[in-house]
Amino acid sequence: MTSRLLTLVFLAGLAVLFGQLMSGYSPDAELNLTADYYARHAAPDLGSPNIVTAIIVTYRGLDTLGEVTVLFLTAAIVALVLSHGRVAQTARAPKPLPAGELLQTGSRLLAPLILLFGIYVFTNGHLSPGGGFQGGAILASAVLLLLLTDPMRRFSHSLISRIESTAGLLFVGIGLLGLLLAGGFLDGRFLPLGGFGALISAGAIPLIYSLIGLKVGAEFSSMLLSLSETEDKS
Amino acid sequence: MSLVSLAMAGGFALILIGLYGALNNRNILRIIIAFTVANTGVHLVLVAVGYMAGRSAPILDAAVPVEQASALIIDPVPQALVLTAIVIGLGVTALMLAYALRLYASRQTLDISKFTELKW
Repeated sequence: MTSRLLTLVFLAGLAVLFGQLMSGYSPDAELNLTADYYARHAAPDLGSPNIVTAIIVTYRGLDTLGEVTVLFLTAAIVALVLSHGRVAQTARAPKPLPAGELLQTGSRLLAPLILLFGIYVFTNGHLSPGGGFQGGAILASAVLLLLLTDPMRRFSHSLISRIESTAGLLFVGIGLLGLLLAGGFLDGRFLPLGGFGALISAGAIPLIYSLIGLKVGAEFSSMLLSLSETEDKS
Repeated sequence: MSLVSLAMAGGFALILIGLYGALNNRNILRIIIAFTVANTGVHLVLVAVGYMAGRSAPILDAAVPVEQASALIIDPVPQALVLTAIVIGLGVTALMLAYALRLYASRQTLDISKFTELKW
């Protein structure tokens, strides 16, 4: 009981802190210096209508590379942690009931459409809300749907890891090309900027975001597969 | 109450609810879900900080011409930050779930009070 009391005291203190923060907060009337720079320069310099994409892929591209690396590490650790002891479990797990007709037909119809939508989202990341991370998550949701339909279904791990490593290497390669041919690492301006707002425009941004999309989709899928393969053996 | 302070209060409330759940539950799965609730609260607060009343999303089109962009769009930096935070949050959640699976495999229980090795 004392621990619950302590929790409540701690949370009350935190709530007072948050209340102070909120009462002292007034929204900015103007963009701050950094945001103003991005707003003025993203479109003329990089040709990307979506400023958030311009920040993520080019201005803070190195952070995004680090982020993708963190995801890769997560997928690797999940696979490592879950692969331990997988052999020890016996194969006496009962075969799961087959999914209903509705789910089976529905997933056969929807999975290709979801994949297509994911690809649409990450190739249009520089034009509309969306991008590599969102598109990658949508790609992985198609894998999740297929796993829900048939939990015993196996996907090729080597194909997934090959997609992931190729996308990662090409991502770094494009970054190095930017270092050699344009202003710096991950600078996408070695490709023509093209017409503002066109699908093929904004230098290497759509290319980089598509690679991020593939990589993120492959990483999420491999996490889902690791979790699912452990589940049906224990 | 303006939209910003409403979103911010909601975000702070979610953080508190999430922390309460994480501290008061014994089931590891519930603790993980509580952490994701707190995580969502942080995202909500961050996005609310970047919001400016009467402005549009930071995507340039016919309604937001390039020349007037800095007077018409909201702050894009918190949005980029939150995008990063969501992805990292997902990675952390996946790791927690993987460890939960391993803990369950070793003890056949998800009650955190049964794991006493690191207790002092």
